[in-house]
Amino acid sequence: MDFDFTPEQEAIREALARTCARYDLDYWRQRDSDGRFPEDFVADLARGGWLGIAMPREYGGAGLGVTEACIMMQAIAESGAGMSGVSAVHINIFGPNPIAVFGSEEQKRRFLPPLIAGRDRACFGVTEPDAGLDTSSIRTRAEWNGRRYLVHGQKVWTSTAQSANKITLLARTTPIERCASPYEGISLFYTDLDRAHAEVREIDKMGRKCVDSNQVFFDAMPVPKEDLIGEEGQGFRYLLHSLNPERALIGAEAVGIGRAALARAANYARERVVFGRPIGQNQAIQHPLAENWMELEAANLMVFKAAALYDRGRPCGAEANAAKYLAAEAAFKACTQAVMTHGGFGYAKEYHVERFLREVLIARIAPVSPQLILSFIAEKVLGLPKSY
Amino acid sequence: MKVIVAVKRVVDYNVKIRVKADKTGVELSNVKMSMNPFDEIGVEEAVRLKEAGVASEVVAVSIGPAQAQETIRTALAMGADRGILIKTDEEVQPLAVAKLLKAVVEAEAPQIVILGKQAIDDDSNQTGQMLAALLGWAQGTFASKVALGDGKATVTREVDGGLQTVELKLPAVVTTDLRLNEPRYASLPNIMKAKKKPIDEKTPADLGVDIAPRLKTLKVEEPPKRQAGRKVASVEELVQALKNEAGVI
Repeated sequence: MDFDFTPEQEAIREALARTCARYDLDYWRQRDSDGRFPEDFVADLARGGWLGIAMPREYGGAGLGVTEACIMMQAIAESGAGMSGVSAVHINIFGPNPIAVFGSEEQKRRFLPPLIAGRDRACFGVTEPDAGLDTSSIRTRAEWNGRRYLVHGQKVWTSTAQSANKITLLARTTPIERCASPYEGISLFYTDLDRAHAEVREIDKMGRKCVDSNQVFFDAMPVPKEDLIGEEGQGFRYLLHSLNPERALIGAEAVGIGRAALARAANYARERVVFGRPIGQNQAIQHPLAENWMELEAANLMVFKAAALYDRGRPCGAEANAAKYLAAEAAFKACTQAVMTHGGFGYAKEYHVERFLREVLIARIAPVSPQLILSFIAEKVLGLPKSY
Repeated sequence: MKVIVAVKRVVDYNVKIRVKADKTGVELSNVKMSMNPFDEIGVEEAVRLKEAGVASEVVAVSIGPAQAQETIRTALAMGADRGILIKTDEEVQPLAVAKLLKAVVEAEAPQIVILGKQAIDDDSNQTGQMLAALLGWAQGTFASKVALGDGKATVTREVDGGLQTVELKLPAVVTTDLRLNEPRYASLPNIMKAKKKPIDEKTPADLGVDIAPRLKTLKVEEPPKRQAGRKVASVEELVQALKNEAGVI
């Protein structure tokens, strides 16, 4: 058992930390207020070749694993960019995974290089208002008219759809009544987001203002056959393939933002003097922060265990889910404690920790709720009856 | 033209240095180490020369323990072509570094050697000058601008009074100042490429250099704690305080 990163992994973390240092806390606070997409930040990452970290080498990627992708996303979050920074590139890192795994040679050549170069921006159209976590009951349908598919329906929480030109889209190609299992008859597409047939409406939300989340309405959006990934009807299975890496990534991001909050809290506790002594000298202040550190680092071990298992081709469902749960809960506690440590100033935007607290909730909620993870562990690991 | 850059592994500039309890030096265990920032500027300059088609090869040299290999890798990830590690766990003082580099220079025959003006750990600011002297080469120290011409280099130096421009006959030694350039961050493809670039390993004995220290460190102490400042109400009071209390005017 080796808990050290390789020198190459250290170099990745270091290079990213330095790249991100150009975008300081005031930059992200500004984006949080004006809502402008961090184009310059994303362009910088694309220039550095970072968007292709987990993409195959033949198509311009670095061919590294989920472990390295976790290191990358954690470094971005930890720099203070938080979810604003990671969400701006998150979909580029994990979204194309099904293309890389199940796409044809021609599709990989057509789709991956422009994604890695940052010329294409992809959004992810999976969740629906009436489906949520129950992905098999999605209603968006892609009907084959003899020449092409026409997509009808609605997606929600589609991030970056304001500026994306591509969409990874999950849609029913066979009505559920005609399928042996509800998980069949769903297909995965990677195609142009044709705004003549897709209306994108932004959702005003609690945090991460600079990375838009949207409702997308499709009205007969045409999709050519060449944009179907893998076999028709197998989309759900393909999607499952990228769920575990995504859980690990979210976990890594949560630990990153938790660490950023904790560092600021500890710093403030050292410097803020009340009653003639730094407040961090009081155990009521320092003990919760110590607890935050332990919880974050323990969660981080689970994150990298899940990533390592995945990279070795081993099952990692329990670990990936546990990693996302532990990391999100630990990070939420750390961000809350960071605000509390700052007292009144924690509520002021100038001190940045309130932004972390608003953003960290994303990691608790998405892409799966903590309750569903508990149900999953109870059922799959402990062998208890399925509860939902 | 071949360029050699010297890179030193030092305590990262962000680390709060702590003096060892026995006062023999500073605490190095469990401390983040990085490339000396002035050397990073040197690597950047060399890589830019290569990108401009002036230099044909950039060789990064480091002297130190096995981990100094990581520092060389950093240079390779920035764009250097290959590395040479002169491996030793002993303390290597500036004169010994200069002698070792001289041996490398004699074997490699570069047209220009670029070093940081000083390393941020011991701040000696000696190696470049000593190397030039040992080689009998021209030197342009504290460079804020370097332009290579036909068989010569024009170096703008940051001196106390302003900027001084000197013309050096090649081969020459250049040491970098802070404003020479802004070093790049390694890109992911270059980090991947760096893994495959060769690093040659030698020892001081291979090069026939005696690195025995000539200087002895008596003790290392923390600088005195800074006292809190004081606010004064008027210019008159300030002048009085500077004159009578501080004794500086």
